[in-house]
This record gives sequence, structure tokens and C-alpha cells, in this order.
Amino acid sequence: MGKINLIIDNKPVQVENGTTVLQAAKEIGIEIPTLCYFQLKDLNIENKPGGCRVCVVEIEGRRNLAPSCTTNCTEGMIVHTHSLRVLNARRTVVELILSDHPADCLVCPKSGNCELQNLAHRLGIREISYQGVQSTYRKDTSPSIIRDVDKCVMCRRCEMMCNDVQTVGALSAINRGFTAVVAPAFEQNLDKSPCTFCGQCVAVCPVGALSEVDNTPQVIRALTDKTKTVIVQTAPAVRVALGEEFGMEPGTIVTGKMAAALRELGFNYVFDTDFAADLTIMEEGTELLGRLSDFLAGKKDVKLPILTSCCPGWVNFLEHNFPEMKEVPSTAKSPQQMFGAIAKTYFANKIGVKREDLIVVSVMPCLAKKYECQRDEFKTNGDPDVNYSISTRELAKLIKMANIDFVNLPDAEFDNPLGESTGAAPIFGVTGGVIEAAVRTAYEVFTGQKLPKIEFTELRGLEGVRSATIKVGDLDLNIGIANGLGNARKLLNQVKKGEANYHAIEIMACPGGCIGGGGQPLHHGNSEIILKRSAAIYEEDRNKPLRKSHENPYIVKLYEEFLGKPCGELSHHLLHTHYFDRSTKIEIE
Amino acid sequence: MANIKLAEDKLKALIEVCKSFNNEKGELINVLHKAQEIFGYLPAEVQEVVAHELNVSVATVYGVVSFYSFFTMKPKGENPISVCLGTACYVRGAEKVLEEIKKVAKVEVGETTPDGKFSLACLRCVGACGLAPVLMIGQKVYGRVAPEKVNEILAEY
Ligand code: SF4
Ligand code: SF4
Ligand code: SF4
Repeated sequence: MGKINLIIDNKPVQVENGTTVLQAAKEIGIEIPTLCYFQLKDLNIENKPGGCRVCVVEIEGRRNLAPSCTTNCTEGMIVHTHSLRVLNARRTVVELILSDHPADCLVCPKSGNCELQNLAHRLGIREISYQGVQSTYRKDTSPSIIRDVDKCVMCRRCEMMCNDVQTVGALSAINRGFTAVVAPAFEQNLDKSPCTFCGQCVAVCPVGALSEVDNTPQVIRALTDKTKTVIVQTAPAVRVALGEEFGMEPGTIVTGKMAAALRELGFNYVFDTDFAADLTIMEEGTELLGRLSDFLAGKKDVKLPILTSCCPGWVNFLEHNFPEMKEVPSTAKSPQQMFGAIAKTYFANKIGVKREDLIVVSVMPCLAKKYECQRDEFKTNGDPDVNYSISTRELAKLIKMANIDFVNLPDAEFDNPLGESTGAAPIFGVTGGVIEAAVRTAYEVFTGQKLPKIEFTELRGLEGVRSATIKVGDLDLNIGIANGLGNARKLLNQVKKGEANYHAIEIMACPGGCIGGGGQPLHHGNSEIILKRSAAIYEEDRNKPLRKSHENPYIVKLYEEFLGKPCGELSHHLLHTHYFDRSTKIEIE
Repeated sequence: MANIKLAEDKLKALIEVCKSFNNEKGELINVLHKAQEIFGYLPAEVQEVVAHELNVSVATVYGVVSFYSFFTMKPKGENPISVCLGTACYVRGAEKVLEEIKKVAKVEVGETTPDGKFSLACLRCVGACGLAPVLMIGQKVYGRVAPEKVNEILAEY
């Protein structure tokens, strides 16, 4: 590949052949505004429809302005990214978009974080000189996601995420002209579509057309109800991202501040989903070892490879797309649901509170968890094990609402008994972490020996599909890992065709795992943020004195006092689940 | 998700159509054309089957169906009315004829009356410009239609 020399805004720059003007400008620190263009570089995700024309630039010698996201650099090119002509055109484009956009900013969930609002501000738009007809679609509310598509600007980022990255195919551009929006088939609600509620569409929508269902009002109501005991659990990926909402550097670990803030908000007990992650390893690891020893003993019909089941987005995907494999995943519930089940039995009993009077709130990087906690199988007499799930973003909102000075909060600790965790738990938040945590425990249980080396770097990284073989005693354990549902599909198809020979596979629906979840602070396409969160997760692991789930003293105690043994009868009843066929069937009338 | 039900002969015919295009994704529009010929319209069930056969998402199929005004998800009436809005017809007052039909038959463009008797669609030039404005009901062509005649014509059905 040859090099190309050009001049952008009077600065000379040399780039590889095939570089777009947008990229070239970025390399020398010139940021050209964009709207439909979207990229997560380190995760190989790109949306480049070249449709919105916000990124137009002037190229000397060309009559028309050119969209910089789809125009490749050529030798000797002279580009102006912010000339008056460009600014006028850009302003007109944005004004036209605004003419068909509800001026709802005051009450819009994206306000303050909306890319269209930012553009209008940056271009100094104070008035919309075009009057357009406004489309009027109805709002769609599913358990996790609100679609308010009158605000859709047709950037098609969500479509790219849902169809190309996740291969779910729940969304498509529909209609044409000014009524064109992105919607599920037949404009039905998302919960009638194959949507997995992974929330990746929400994570990339530049405007308020897609947002999470807001559960903070219910949480506030519970906190003010004196008859209730309200407890909270926080997922691993939240503590490495929450700080971003308060202007802290991405990758800052705010575990202690988060615990302090939750206590100030009025939760009676501040617990940790990490505790339940350790518990998950006990159950899932035991299940893996059970299936492996059956397999090694020559038993027929052993369900291998075992698939992890902690990610509800992935579970939804399996139920819709691979129903014939619904017996294959581990039956272990997700950590969120394990926590709920233990809280409403063991813990409620311990503090002498009736199940109905105990409200469990979860803080998750995830939107699928909102749907998950409403599934019928996770309720007892209609009372859900986890009452409300809020996202990292919603927690930040609560903290701001309560006027808590988050950045300057002194660190606090989690409460016990459901707040203690080992280093194996936080790594659940990043792709490869669940299986690494499982291997740490499985190794010691299987061989009866201490792990020579705790960290399995061969299982780490952000590539979509990875594999590694780990020596566990004289057994070669073949492990597959996928993050992003499109990658999961690839891996599962290999397994189905018999092309891959794995014992265990970890799948996370979101690119990068939960650190890139649909409920996390918006990254606006900056994949470095995801890399920094990942590094922080591993740092959190290194900082823990204990790093293997089976060494967690409160887990040991939980089994002694209550559960008996992993995968025992009570565990089975409380901590395991089953899956359903949710695929569309074509029948003859 | 819901289960889709379709009569056996129709399902077979539909699967045959997809096969005749080698179940190629790229042939989606052609498959939908044929399917609409068979069914007269493209109900959700038909789109589900086409999606399944061509291995594309239903959302994609619906995206195409909703994009082209030629495709319809509503069954046509017993007597489908088409009004030509080609240049010649338009100039000679086809729009007034259209308004009159909407009023008399109580039907909007792209819709079917609740009793299923009439449906209304607009066409671009049927090639009978000499007869402008032109109206078709089923296969029957009416030429030089004046708005005042609409009532009389519809009364035939
Ligand atoms: S939540 Fe995930 S599966 Fe559902 S529409 Fe959005 S991207 Fe698609
Ligand atoms: S819903 Fe949001 S992400 Fe999807 S096309 Fe519309 S504006 Fe873009
Ligand atoms: S990867 Fe994590 S954040 Fe994403 S759907 Fe799964 S559990 Fe939720």
C-alpha cells in the first residue's frame, strides 16, 4: 500500500492509500462533525451509509462538497473542513434534520448526551428556518427498551448493530421519504420480534429515538416506603464505568465511591453481584466438571460443549435462533438472578424480613437484565426475585438527582454476607472472564492441586471469536469464547457442523462483554473507553487478596449454613433454570 | 414468538416460488412480486415464510414491502378500483375523480372498505391516454370519466 500526501486545513498530512478524508483529518487532530457515521475501531464495527451529509468538506477543484466519511484521499488533494461554504451547507443539513424532529429536548432521555443536540449547538443553530411535516409514530415500550422513532434521524446505526454485528435482524429501515424510520417487522413492538434486549442499538443511537426503560421512579418509590427493606446489588462492569458519568477518566475504578453513594441513597444493605458471580462459578464449574467426567467415563449423550448462561441477551438469542440446542447451556442462572434467589430466601430469613417486604434492586451495565428479572420462572407467587434492574446510566442519574458529590465521596465497603467476592468475580464483566474464573476453580477442584499461575492470559482479548487449550491435569480443556452475537452464531454453527471440538464455550452478547453493555455510559464510538474499562476490570481482580471463587469465605459459609453442596438439591431448586423455544414456527392451517 | 399458520396449498405454492428463484436473497423483490400475484396481497404470514425461505430477517422483508408502494399488506377488495394519475389523466381532472371515489365508496387510497367490496389504488399511466381520465374496476376500463359519473359507475357493483 502506497502513501498519499494531501493538505487538510492548510496542514500537510501523509496517509495510507485507502484512507478516508474523515480518518485523515482525525489523524492530525481535526474533528469533522458526523452524524450517521459510527465506528468502534478496536472491535471492527463501522457504520458508513454516507447518508446524512453532515460530514461534508470542500475539496479544491471539485464542484460539489464531498462527504468525508466515504471520500478517499488522493495525492495532492486540498481539503477545507470548516470553510464558510462548508459551514453553511452543514448548517442547512442539520436544520433540515431538525425540521422533522420533535423539539422535545427538555424532557428527552438523551438530552445532554445527544449527538444531534450537540451538532445544533456547535453550528450555532438558534432557529429552524424550514417547516416540515412531522412523522407521528406510536411509542413502543418493551421490558427493556423504549422506541420513540419520531426522533429517528435514519442514521441506521442501530440497524447495523442489530443486523450485521448481532445478526439478530430485529430492525430494518421501513417506509420512505420523511416517514422513513427504523423499526421491527410490521412495526410491532420489540417484544414481538426476535430482539434479545442486548441494548446495543440503544448504545449507538445518536438521538433519543432509542433509550432504556427508566426504572428509577420505582426505585425511588421503594426507597421512600418505610415498610420495605431495600437492598441493592451491583454488577462487575458498573464499577469501572460509572465514574465516566461524573467526568472521571475512563477506566477509573469507583467501587468504594459507588458503595458509599448507594448507602447515601438510602439502600438498607449495599451488596455485590460479584458475590453471586462467585456463586455462579461454584454451580457452573461443578456442572462443567460433572459433564466432563461423564464424558471421560465414556457416557453417551453428554451435552458438550457446555455453554455459559450468565448473559440474558445471549440466552434470548439462543431461545430464538438455536432452540434445538436449548438443553446445552449450563442451567445455572445468571449472577443477577442467583443473587435475587439467595437474597429472598437465605438473607430474608437471616434478617427476619418477609419475602414481600424485601425489595431487590440491581444495577447492571445491561438492558437485557430488565427483561430477565421479569421472566416468570424468576418469580415466586408473582413476586420477582429481583424487583427492579437499573442501568449504570440510571444509577448515575439517581446519584446526580440526590446531589451526591460522587467524585469526592470517601470509599465505603459492601455489606455482608452478600458483599464479599474474590478476584474471579469482577472479571465476569469482560469477554473471557467467566470462563477464566471457571477454569481457576475447575482446575483446583479437578486436580486437587494449587494453580501454578492464576491468570490465563490466553483467554483474554477483544477479538470476536477466540479459542485456547488449557491443561487441567492430564486433560486438554478446549475452550471457545465469543463476544457479540454474530460471533456467537459463527461459533455455534461450527459446533453444529461438528467442525469445532470444544468442551466449554463462553458467550457474551455485547461486544467486549458487559463492559460494552447496552446500559453503560455512552462511548459515542470511542473504543479506547472499552479498552480502558477492560484494563480496570483486570486491575480490580489483581487487587483482591483472594482470586478464586471457591475460596470466598462467605460462599463456603452459604453452602455450610444453607445450600448444602454445589448442584445439590436446594441449589438446583434455587440457582438453576431452563430454557424455552421462542423461534417462529410455520404451521399448516 | 408466535406461530405462523398458512393453508397447505398456499404454503406449498409460496415455497415453490422461492425455489424458482433458488432461494436467493437478492431475488427478494421478485419473490414478493410473485407472492403478491398469488395471494393478491402480502400478509404478515407470507412475509414470514419468504423470510424463512430466503434466510433473511422478517424485518428486512417488511422493510422492502413498506418501501415500495406497489406492495400491499391489505387484501384487495372484490372490486379493486384503480385511478390513473398519469400526466394526461391528471391534466384532465383525474384528481377530482379520485376525490369523488373516496367520498362515494368511503375508501382511502391503499385501503379496502370494511365490507371488502372496494379497494382503491392509484396508477401511473395505463397507456390509454386518449381516454383520459381513465378508471379501472377489476379488468374493466372506464374512459373520459367525469366526477359526476362516479356515483353511477360504482352503483354497477
Ligand atoms: S436490543 Fe439488541 S437485539 Fe434488540 S433490537 Fe437492539 S440491537 Fe437488536
Ligand atoms: S433509531 Fe436511532 S440509531 Fe436507529 S436509525 Fe434512528 S436515529 Fe439512527
Ligand atoms: S454481555 Fe453483559 S451487558 Fe451485554 S447483554 Fe450480556 S449480560 Fe447484558
